[in-house]
Amino acid sequence: MRVALHALAARHPAAAAGSAPALRPVRLTVEPGEQLAVVGPSGAGKTTLLHALACALQPAGGRLELDGADPWSLPVSGLQKLRGRLFLAPQAPPLPPRQRVVTAVLAARLPRQTLLASLRSLAYPMDPAAARDALARFDLADKLWERVDRLSGGERQRVGLARALVSAASLWLIDEPLSSLDPSRAAMAIDVLTRAARERGVTLVTTLHQVDVATRFPRVLGMRDGEVCFDLPAAEVSRERLAALYAQREHELSGPLDAVQATATPAPYCR
Amino acid sequence: MNRPSHAAAWGFLAALVALALASFWSLDLQWAKFLSADAMRRMGRFLLELLAPTGEPAFLRKLAVASAETLAMSALGTLLAVLAGLALAVPAARTHAGERAPWRWPTRLALNGLRSIPELVWAALLIVAAGLGPFAGTLALALHTTGVLGRLFAEAIENAPPGPAFALRAQGAGSAKLFFYATLPQILPQLMSYALYRWENNIRAAAVLGVVGGGGLGQLLSFHMGLFHMRETSSILIAMLLLVALVDLASYFARRVLQR
Amino acid sequence: MSAAASPALRDPAWTGRVFWTLAGLALLAPALVATEFKPWLLVEPGALKATMRFVGDFLPPKLEPEFLWLVARECWRTVAIATAGMALALVLAIPMALAATSVLSVSALPGRMHALPFAVRQLARALLIVLRSVPELVWALVFVRVVGLGPTAGVLAIALTYSGMLGKVYCEILESDDRAATHALLRNGAGRLQAFCYGMLPQSAAELTSYTVYRWECAIRSSAVLGFVGAGGLGQQMDNSMKMFQGSEVATMLLVFMLLVGLADGASAWLRKRIG
Repeated sequence: MRVALHALAARHPAAAAGSAPALRPVRLTVEPGEQLAVVGPSGAGKTTLLHALACALQPAGGRLELDGADPWSLPVSGLQKLRGRLFLAPQAPPLPPRQRVVTAVLAARLPRQTLLASLRSLAYPMDPAAARDALARFDLADKLWERVDRLSGGERQRVGLARALVSAASLWLIDEPLSSLDPSRAAMAIDVLTRAARERGVTLVTTLHQVDVATRFPRVLGMRDGEVCFDLPAAEVSRERLAALYAQREHELSGPLDAVQATATPAPYCR
Repeated sequence: MNRPSHAAAWGFLAALVALALASFWSLDLQWAKFLSADAMRRMGRFLLELLAPTGEPAFLRKLAVASAETLAMSALGTLLAVLAGLALAVPAARTHAGERAPWRWPTRLALNGLRSIPELVWAALLIVAAGLGPFAGTLALALHTTGVLGRLFAEAIENAPPGPAFALRAQGAGSAKLFFYATLPQILPQLMSYALYRWENNIRAAAVLGVVGGGGLGQLLSFHMGLFHMRETSSILIAMLLLVALVDLASYFARRVLQR
Repeated sequence: MSAAASPALRDPAWTGRVFWTLAGLALLAPALVATEFKPWLLVEPGALKATMRFVGDFLPPKLEPEFLWLVARECWRTVAIATAGMALALVLAIPMALAATSVLSVSALPGRMHALPFAVRQLARALLIVLRSVPELVWALVFVRVVGLGPTAGVLAIALTYSGMLGKVYCEILESDDRAATHALLRNGAGRLQAFCYGMLPQSAAELTSYTVYRWECAIRSSAVLGFVGAGGLGQQMDNSMKMFQGSEVATMLLVFMLLVGLADGASAWLRKRIG
C-alpha cells in the first residue's frame, strides 16, 4: 500500500480542544513494499502517527492518502474495506486473556470473513494450519491450542506479531514489537517480520526504541515532540543524530549506540 | 466527604428514622392480637406442628414432582433471561467513546421497567395470557431477570478492556464480529457468575410463585396451608429449604469451576 | 527453530464442547416438559383475545382523583410496612450479628476460641441462615393464619427474613474489618459492647448503613409482593384489581409502583454515594 501524509496533524483522542497537537504537520511518503523504522523518545508522537495511519484517529489538520485515496472522505463502507487492507499491532498485545491462541491469531482474518463464517470459526477453527504456520515462524507452534493468559509476556507479544502474517493486509503498522522480548528472540522476531513483509510486498512501518535494530531497516524516521526530525536511509543515520534526537532522554534508548556508525560532522539539534 | 454532603446524609438518615416512627404509628398493627396469650398459643402449636413432616409415599411423589417443576422453572427462567438479557445488553451498551449508541436510553428504560416489577407481580399478570401453572411462572422469572441481567451485562460490556476491540476495529471488523471475538471472550466469566447468582435468587422466587398460581412448590404450599394440613406443609417447607440449599451449592461449585 | 513436531490440527476442545452441549440439551428437554413450556399457547385465539383485552384496558390508566388518592394511601402503607419491618429487623439483626461475630470473642484473644463461645456463635449463625432461607412470602402466609389479614403479617414477615439477611451481611462486614483496635480495647478490659461501639462501629458504620439502606429499598418491593397474600398495601389492591380484570387500575398502580421503586432506588443510591 502506498502511504502519503500531507501536513497531517493529529491530536490524542482524550486531549482537550485547543491543546497542542500530539503530531505536528507531517510530510511523509512511503512507497509500496518499503520498510520504515520510527525512532524517538516517548511522547514523540510515534504511536499517534501509527494510529493516524491506521485511520483510528481523525486528522486535526492536513490530509492522509492511502493508495491515493483520502480514507476520511470515503463512504463508511469504503473506509471499512480500506481498513481491511491494513493491520495495526498495538504496543500491548490486544489478545483477550481467556481466548485460545488459534482464535486470537485467526481473528486477523475477520475483515474478509462473513459473520456466519466467523461464528463457525469460533465453534471450530476453520484454518488452524494457517495459524500454526504463522506461529511456527515465531517458534510458537506448540502453543496453538493454549489459552492466551497461560503465555508469558514475550510469547503474547509474538502471538500479536503472528497475527500480521495471517492477515491479508498490504500495510503493517507495528508499535514497539520488541518491548517484551530478550535480544535473541527480538532479533528473530524482527527478522521474521521483515522477511515476511518483503516476501509479500507489504509496506511495513514500525516504531522501535532499539536503535541498533532500527538502523538495520532501509529507512529510518526520527521523531521528537510530534515532529519529524529526520527521514533518512539507514546509512546516513549516525550516532550523533540519534544522540541529538534523544538529547536529555538517553535512558529511553535501548540497544548499544556504538552499534551505530559515527560521522565526522556534528548533527543539528532537533528542537 | 465534604461538609454539606455530610449534613445532607445525616438529614436523610434522620428522615428515615422519622419515617419508621410514622410507619409504626400509622399502621393498624395488631400488637395486642399478636402478643395475646391466645395468639401465642396458636403460633406455638402452629410451629410445633410444622416440625412433624409426613412421609406418606403418594404425597412425597407429588412433592418430588413439584420440586422438579420448581427447579425447572428457576433454571429455564434464568436461561431465557441470560439470552434475552444479552440480546438487550448489546444495544444498551456504549462500547467505545465515539459510538453514538442510539438505542441506549430506550433499551435501558425498558430493562429498568422489567426489573422494577417483582416476579410475583409478573406472574399474576402473565396468568391472564399463559394460564395457571408453571409456564406463567417461568415467563415471570424470565422477564424480571432479563431486566436485572440486561443491566448488569450492559455494564460489563461497557467496562470490558478496550484493547482487543480497538485492534480489530482498526482492521475494519464490524460490530457483531467485534462483540464475539473481542468483547464476549473477556466478559463471559463475569456474565456466567451474574447468571449463577440470579439462579440462587430465582429458586427462592420460583418456590413461592405458586402462591398466585404459578405452579411448583408454591402452589402445593398454598393449597395445603389453606386447608391447615400442617404435616404436608411441613414437608413442603423442608423441600423448599433443601431445594434452595441444593441450588446454592450447585451455583457455588459452578462459579468455582469458571474461575479456573 | 523448534525441534518439536508440529502439533495435531484437531481442536482438542471439540469433544468437550460437543459433550457439554449434548448434556445441556439433555437437561433442557425435561425442563421444557416440566414447566409446560408451550409458547404457542400465548398466541392461541382464546388466550390472545383475553391478553389483548387485558392489555387494551391498560390504556388509558385510571386517573380519577379518588382512585389516585386510594393508590397514594396504599403506597404509603406499602412503604410503612417495609420501614416498620426493617426497623424490627434491625432490632433482631444487631444483637445476632454481635453474637455471631468472632471479633468480639474474649476467649479467642490469646489463641483458640473456647468450646462454649464457639458453639454459641455457630448457633447464632445457624439461626441467621434459617431466617434467611425461608422466603418472606411463606412467613407471611403463616402469620396471616395466626394474626389474620392485615399489615402485621407483612411487618413480621419482613422483620424475620430481613433480620437474617442483615445479620449475615453485618457479620461479614464486621469480620472483614481490621481487628486491632477492638482487640486492644478487649485486652484492656473494656466490655464487649464498649469494644464494639468504640472499636468496630467507627470503621464499619458507613458500610453497614449503606447495606441497610439498600435492603430497605428491597423491602419496599417485598412489601408490595406480600400484599398478594393479604398483607395490605399496593400489592393487595393490585391483586384485587387483577381479579376483577380492571386493567386501567392495574396500569395506574404498576406505574405508581415503578415510580416508587425508582425513587427509593435513587434515594438509596444518593445516600450510599454520600456515605460510602
